[in-house]
Amino acid sequence: MAAWVVSTLRSNTKSELNTDDFGRLPVLLNGRIQPFDSVARNSLLQIRARQTVHGELDSGPYKMSATEWLLEVMTDPEKADDRKIFRIDNLEVQGLLELPDGQKYYSFNQIKPKFDALTHEAQRVQKIESAQRTVFEAQVMKLYNVATLYQRLRISLKPPQSEDPAAELAAHQEAITPGIAAVRARQAGQEFDVQSLEKVLAFMNEYDVVSRFALPLIIPPATPGASDEDWQNMGSGALASLKSGTIAEPVLFYGAMASAYRNADAQAFNRAVADYRDWLGASYQAQLKKGREEFFFSRLEPFYKATVIYVLAFVLVCVSWFTGSELLRRCGFHLVVFGFIIHTIGLVFRMYLEARPPVTNLYSSAIFIGWGAAALGLVLEKIYKDGIGCVVAAFVGFVTQIIAHNLALGGDTMEMMRAVLDTNFWLATHVITITLGYSAMFVAGFLAILYIIRGVFSRTLNEASSKALARMVYGIVCFAMFFSFIGTVLGGIWADQSWGRFWGWDPKENGALLIVIWVAIILHARWGGLIKERGLMNLAIFGNVVTAFSWFGVNMLGIGLHSYGFMDAAFKWLMLFTASQICLILLGSLPLAMWKSFQQPVATNDPVRSRP
Amino acid sequence: MLLDRLYRIISSVRLAIVCLAMGFVLVFWGTLAQVTMGLYKAQNDFFRSFFIYWEPSWADIRIPIFPGGYLVGGVLLINLIAAHTRYYKPGKKKIGIMLIHAGIVLLLVGQFLTDVLSSESTLHLRIGETKNYSEAGRSFELAVVDITDGEMSKVVAIPEHALATKKEIKHPGLPFVLRPKAFYLNSDLTTKQESGFERVPATQGVGTGVWWRERPRETVMDRRDMPSGVLELTSPQGALGTWLVSGHLMNTQEFTHDGRKYQIGLRLTRFYKPFSIHLIEFNHDRYPGTEIPKNFSSRVRIMRPDTGEDREVLIYMNNPLRYWGETYYQASFDTDDQGSVLQVVRNPSWLTPYFSCVLVSIGLFWQFMAHLIPFLKRRIAT
Repeated sequence: MAAWVVSTLRSNTKSELNTDDFGRLPVLLNGRIQPFDSVARNSLLQIRARQTVHGELDSGPYKMSATEWLLEVMTDPEKADDRKIFRIDNLEVQGLLELPDGQKYYSFNQIKPKFDALTHEAQRVQKIESAQRTVFEAQVMKLYNVATLYQRLRISLKPPQSEDPAAELAAHQEAITPGIAAVRARQAGQEFDVQSLEKVLAFMNEYDVVSRFALPLIIPPATPGASDEDWQNMGSGALASLKSGTIAEPVLFYGAMASAYRNADAQAFNRAVADYRDWLGASYQAQLKKGREEFFFSRLEPFYKATVIYVLAFVLVCVSWFTGSELLRRCGFHLVVFGFIIHTIGLVFRMYLEARPPVTNLYSSAIFIGWGAAALGLVLEKIYKDGIGCVVAAFVGFVTQIIAHNLALGGDTMEMMRAVLDTNFWLATHVITITLGYSAMFVAGFLAILYIIRGVFSRTLNEASSKALARMVYGIVCFAMFFSFIGTVLGGIWADQSWGRFWGWDPKENGALLIVIWVAIILHARWGGLIKERGLMNLAIFGNVVTAFSWFGVNMLGIGLHSYGFMDAAFKWLMLFTASQICLILLGSLPLAMWKSFQQPVATNDPVRSRP
Repeated sequence: MLLDRLYRIISSVRLAIVCLAMGFVLVFWGTLAQVTMGLYKAQNDFFRSFFIYWEPSWADIRIPIFPGGYLVGGVLLINLIAAHTRYYKPGKKKIGIMLIHAGIVLLLVGQFLTDVLSSESTLHLRIGETKNYSEAGRSFELAVVDITDGEMSKVVAIPEHALATKKEIKHPGLPFVLRPKAFYLNSDLTTKQESGFERVPATQGVGTGVWWRERPRETVMDRRDMPSGVLELTSPQGALGTWLVSGHLMNTQEFTHDGRKYQIGLRLTRFYKPFSIHLIEFNHDRYPGTEIPKNFSSRVRIMRPDTGEDREVLIYMNNPLRYWGETYYQASFDTDDQGSVLQVVRNPSWLTPYFSCVLVSIGLFWQFMAHLIPFLKRRIAT
């Protein structure tokens, strides 16, 4: 397993072109320094919902990494335009663009003929509030946005018409001084060299487009130590030469890379990348390091790997239950521990990269809920050694990672925190406690599901094992109470600190309150003797629904009946999840006579007392 | 006997569960209701009420169908206190439970006090502007200002609900009587005749060329009602005419009576303070290369004549100014970044959640450990 984790860190490109090193170069986008690799991955996620590209061209099938794809888009867009990368599922949108149906992915060249129709429609949709949009309108907007993103990437490294940017930049370097002299002379009303002037003007025209639309800011400030505000895109970087009299070195390096990559000149490309990296090393050590580290993190894919390990562990422990093999259970346990370690490494690495506490958005909350649940499951396993803790850890860990993966499709998951959220103190206290509360609720709910499935469908649930499960659920629910209550009150205090009211009955606040009330109901019903084991289990399963509503449902409020906007898929899943949990509760409410377990009279003679 | 039974019911854990279950339904329902009725109305109907009413469209009645927040919270409070008097036993085992419930009592009482005692207003300042009052978010007042003596103007403010009753208003500070001829708590104005609009029955001021219509009250949190009314002014010498006053009108209208100059107009209710606040600078920081806001901050100067205080304060996100029993928060800003909006909250019971949080946390922790440690000991022993 460990060998597999390490082996994927090696570069898997067979090409001579050192695209990995290019992928590590730092740029500024979304308000933060990130490597080209992240720009490529996040763009692809939005456009294609995947982090790699594969498909078939006339020349045969191909597979390329995100960075290779981005390099092609930026240096040889005409070629990239043929690759089928735009994922369009909506039939109406396909109809609008007159696309052949039966495909999942389309190329830019296929979209282009009807791009005006798309723009026209998007301009109409833009005026509609996002909550009011129909599914078609939401999809139009989404496609329009990713198509715009793609077009901006196309001109992020070179002007649209440029064949050999390196040579053109070199020519411009020669032409600046006479060109500026010509401009000055003309302004002063003196005689001037028309040719020199025209050369400079042509250059200005070409790079003006780039300066207006190029997306990532790839040129670092001329004076080292200047603020991040001063990063420029390729166009502005090139145009700055008209003021300073020389082209900044990063612009030249990038020009060289663009030409070399376009001509598949590996030697020249690799040299330009290495030279630029050395140049950055002089005064941009920190940015270079950030790029390298985030590249490593993306390549490591710790969360994906943890997911795979969790699935394996889940299967192993389940098999161990049927075969009664203690060895398999132990293997499963060690696998969960291994997965948990990778999960933790990912979590800590992410915190380090962002310089933030672990939960900053919905995506990272999913990662963290899984982590918390896995930790709780491992603690249970350590205490009870019966495989239950392992299964819980592996299952909740796995499901939350799947949810996280789907949440990542929105683009950059390390986005900057909006003003009111820009506080590590509250992110570290309120958000962490409330999220741990979610973890505990899901663990308790899943334990209860195990109890009911085991009890109804197998004979293995006896007095001892059912008592043990009930104790686990009770303990975890108490744990959930602790974190949910404190988390909710801390949230109120944060609200009081930032806008002057402790409680405003806002949907997110109410969601948290619902969990607290629900847990209080479970605990009081238990103490008051109103429920016994099965009642506890059923209430704990409903706790799953309450928690899912609090976590996701409140984000979907304000959504009209006819349209669920971008959350439509999530809404469907939430409904399915709720339905499944209610089915389980109904199953748990079946009379005991219909359960497979609890059929034989147990040690005691009093049948009432022995029944859970 | 009967009292005894009642006491047992009131202090029972069953009642606690009933209250919690009702609270659960109430919160869920109230959250969903926000989608259609807006946060402001949902808050008042569900949580700041004793009952939720059903108002059938075919009859002018209100039928209570579910307990509201005050009722559920109130009963829960009584239940909590009764249960603790009934079951109170001194000893280490119960300390955790006592602390948790004491904290919850404090929280419930504190929130009720907040509802009753707290008030909110806003302070909108352009850069360089100074004000010694904040303004209500939703309510208006009629201001009649005697500006004859320049700086020393005399203000008479009349709350809008007094106008809405359409009763005659006499004020010792005014030499004339105000008689609201018509008053809409929410309204539209237009300068052209449009369908659904009526001509404003004003004889003086800007209202003579204006049409109006009544609108339903706003229920969404961030939108306010715009009241309009027509007032007749009568002095002992005779009628002075009728004026349109409206929240829509930016400027006040001037008139002269008995040699004195007056201004009349509806404005947001003002809360005057014994100090003034001057906005020196407003900053709207964005993350580099994006439009994502990073921080909003207002540098203000507080000037208080009676204490001689004169100092600068920086108010920014998550860092409000607490002064004179009020708290000033960075709430919003003008679209041109040249003005700042501060939320002003007066809440005497603002500290209760903090104490409550500490009490409950200690209690929960105590209780959790009291169960966990013996359990682990048993586990290790076996």
